[in-house]
Order: sequence, then structure tokens, then C-alpha cells
Amino acid sequence: MSAPPAFRVTPSSLAFRAILGKDLRTELRTLQSLPAMALFAVTTFVIFRFGLDRTALSGSLAAGVLWATLLFAAILGINRLFVAEREEGGFDAIRLAPIDRTALFAAKAAVLLAYLVVLELIVVPVFAVFFLDSVAALPPLAAVLLLADLGIAATGTLISSMAVNSRARDLLAPLVLLPLVVPLMIAATGASEPLLELGGPAYERFGTWLAVLGLYDLIFLLVGYAVFDFLLED
Amino acid sequence: MSIEPLTEHSFQLETVSSENPGVSTAIELRGLRREFGERAALDGVDLTLGAGETLVALGPNGAGKTTLLRVLATLLRPSGGEVSVLGARLPGEAWKVRGRIGLLGHEPLLYRDLSGRENLRFHARLHGLGEKKAEDRIAALLAAVGMERRADERVAELSAGMRQRLAICRCVLHDPELLLLDEPDSNLDAAGREAAHGLIGPGQGRTRVVVTHDPERALPDADRALLLTHGGRPLRECPAAELDPAEARTATVGVST
Repeated sequence: MSAPPAFRVTPSSLAFRAILGKDLRTELRTLQSLPAMALFAVTTFVIFRFGLDRTALSGSLAAGVLWATLLFAAILGINRLFVAEREEGGFDAIRLAPIDRTALFAAKAAVLLAYLVVLELIVVPVFAVFFLDSVAALPPLAAVLLLADLGIAATGTLISSMAVNSRARDLLAPLVLLPLVVPLMIAATGASEPLLELGGPAYERFGTWLAVLGLYDLIFLLVGYAVFDFLLED
Repeated sequence: MSIEPLTEHSFQLETVSSENPGVSTAIELRGLRREFGERAALDGVDLTLGAGETLVALGPNGAGKTTLLRVLATLLRPSGGEVSVLGARLPGEAWKVRGRIGLLGHEPLLYRDLSGRENLRFHARLHGLGEKKAEDRIAALLAAVGMERRADERVAELSAGMRQRLAICRCVLHDPELLLLDEPDSNLDAAGREAAHGLIGPGQGRTRVVVTHDPERALPDADRALLLTHGGRPLRECPAAELDPAEARTATVGVST
């Protein structure tokens, strides 16, 4: 064995890329999360379509249907986010490595963000076909979706890392997560509601709601950065 | 096949301390305790192990051997006592020794849906190994354990013995100073044990802590022995040569002496 280097610390960017690449490669190979999330969302839209017996939705009803569906679909991905780390020893491997553990938080949040973006690329057009009379709302809606996704990714990663060690993780994650994302959902539906009005998008208080979403994202990203290290301790 | 040791330049280090972390005493425990709720898993363990020495930890099931390894690996916080590993006091200075420890536990720490080679690449990146160096080292390690031809199969499709061979590669991939080995021969056939001996056996300058139920096989390679009994109470800590094989065998089956 050679003379050891002094205290080894792997650059966080390298650790981030390693964990992100590992998770995306695994998902592409096994398709354990995304197909289930997409199928759930599309099925829910079908149920709303026939349950409400409406061919077009607008305003708060359209925003409510969209965001409730996306949030519950996201929970399917959140529940599985750390399962491989828990069941296949990934937590131990990462805790043994000379890395800043917030790289794990950042990588997992990025994975969840990627899942949500891909999910929305699939299911928002389906939502538009089922419920909207025009696609003019979709470009500004993309900004709302992206900011809300970031908040769900930060909060979901934090809650998933706590719930995964519990035997009741499938129950615990939504129970803890849903109250935490109420402000996010209020802001997301508030921003989406005028965009989805019949007759084309309006921009009433649009900027204010985007600012609220951005603030929520910032708070939960900072909370995740501050506490994630402690969550990995035994 | 000889495995070329890593040098400082093999790692993509972000920060390097000017302080020399080399120490002559690799592990020092004083009154180590670890409790799970009200149950003691380790109860007052004292131990001094020099750098490059091998300790064999013996004891029946439930004697705290695996807990001892996990405390030394910084994966569990001690409940009491003093713990020093490679010159760092645990748990406060755990960050100083992460990356200098190789743990081979009951679980192989390999992702089932990735291939063996992909798993090793992932661990190499976590430990900051440069890409070229990592590929060379992974190839050499896979050859050393006879896994070159099966390295691109998903871990889920491999036998337990093959997973153990990959886990041994993972354990030494980053050229650790301290090896913590929990039943390292488990699931290995004769060829696998021989290959393992070449990578994680004695005589390579590494400090080793070996947990085993096979004292006859482990004691000849050991410098010191630690006998633990139920509840993690230490029965004896002594030079391995002084340990009577019958006493060692008795300790592993949990019959009081």
C-alpha cells in the first residue's frame, strides 16, 4: 500500500454527477418510477373527465385538477426515491465515502426534478387535450410548473430521506409531505388559475405567485442543505 | 496478478491537509459503549491496535462484533467511551477518516440493477478516483478476483459468491489504510478465498480488523485477538499468539469459559 494522501475529500460536483448518473441509469433500465407516475396521472385525468362530465375546464377547477393530479403522481416517485439506498446499502456506501453528504440531497432532488419534468412533458399535453380549448396557456404554465417542481423536489427529497427508514414509509411520506406543500399548492394554483381561464390566459398577480413559488423553493432548498447531513446520521 | 497501489495523484482531491495523518496507533478504544435503546451491544471495550496490525474479533452471535465494525467505520456513533481511528477522534472527526476505510460487511453495498463494473465505477467516483486510474484499477481488481467475464452482468443475476468477490473489489478500490472485514470468506469457494487473501489478506501494510467465526483460519494471520461475549462485554484482549485455540473456539460458540 502506498503512503496515503492526506484527508480525502471528493469534489461535490463529482459526487453529485455520480449519484445522479447512477439513479437515472437505474431508472432507464428498470422503469420503476416514471411509467407508474405517468400512468397514474393519465388515468386520473380520464377519471376527472368522465367524473365531472365536462369536455372543458377553466380557472380554479382546471388548476385544481392539474395540480392535485401532478402532486399525487409525484408522491409515487417520492416514495421510491431512496429505496435502493435503503435496501441495497447505498446509504452506507455514501456515508463511507469522503463526500459532502449534501451532494446526495442535491443529486436526489435533481433526479426527482427530472422525473417531474418528464412526467409533465407526457401528461400536460394529455391534460390540454382533455380539458383545454386552447394551448395558449401552456408556455406561461411551463414557468409555474418548473418552479413548483423545484419546490416538490426539495421538500419531497427531504421527507423521503426521513420516511425511508420507517416500515410505514409509503404512508409516512404523503402524511408528512402534504401539509408541507400546502403553501406551494396555493401558489401554484394561484398562478395557474388565470392562465387556464376560458378565452385565453390572463396574468392577474402572476408575478406575485411566481415570487411566492421561488421563495418556497429557496426556503426548502436551504432547509435541505442545512439538515440533510444530520438525517443521515444513525 | 499484482494490484498497483494508488498514489495521491490518483484522486481528484478537493482539499488536502498539510497535516500528516500517518499514525503509529491505528485504533484506540477506551471504554467503548454502544447501546440500542436500553440494550447494550458493546459494553466497555478497550483496545489498542498498531498501524499495519491485524485484529481478530471473536464471539458468539449478538456479541457486538458487527456493531464494533460499524462504530470503527463511522457508521454508528458510540454511546460512550473514547474512540480513535487513524488518529481521528470519533464521532467528531469522522470526516477525517472517511475514504481511508474499506468495509466489507454482511451486505455487499452493490446496486442490484447495475452491473459489477458500473457499481465499481460509481464507488470510484464517490472516492474521487480519476477516470483513467479508476478504469485501470477496476480492470485489475476484477481480474484478481476472476470476475472479468461476468463484470458486465447485473449484480442481481450473480451468485452470492460472485457478489462477495465484487464486494471485495469495492472494499479495496480506493486503497484504504484500514480494512474492516465481517466474515470476509462467506459465500466464497476455495478459489475465491485465495483471491480474497491476495487483496484483503495480511502483508500489504494495511491495518485490519477481522470478524470471524473461524478462529483456526484467522488467528495465524492475526497480531491481536479480542474475545467478546453476549451484550458486547469483552472477555479478553491479547496477542493472538497467546490465545489458546480451544478458548477461541469456545468464544465463538458462546459457551462461557
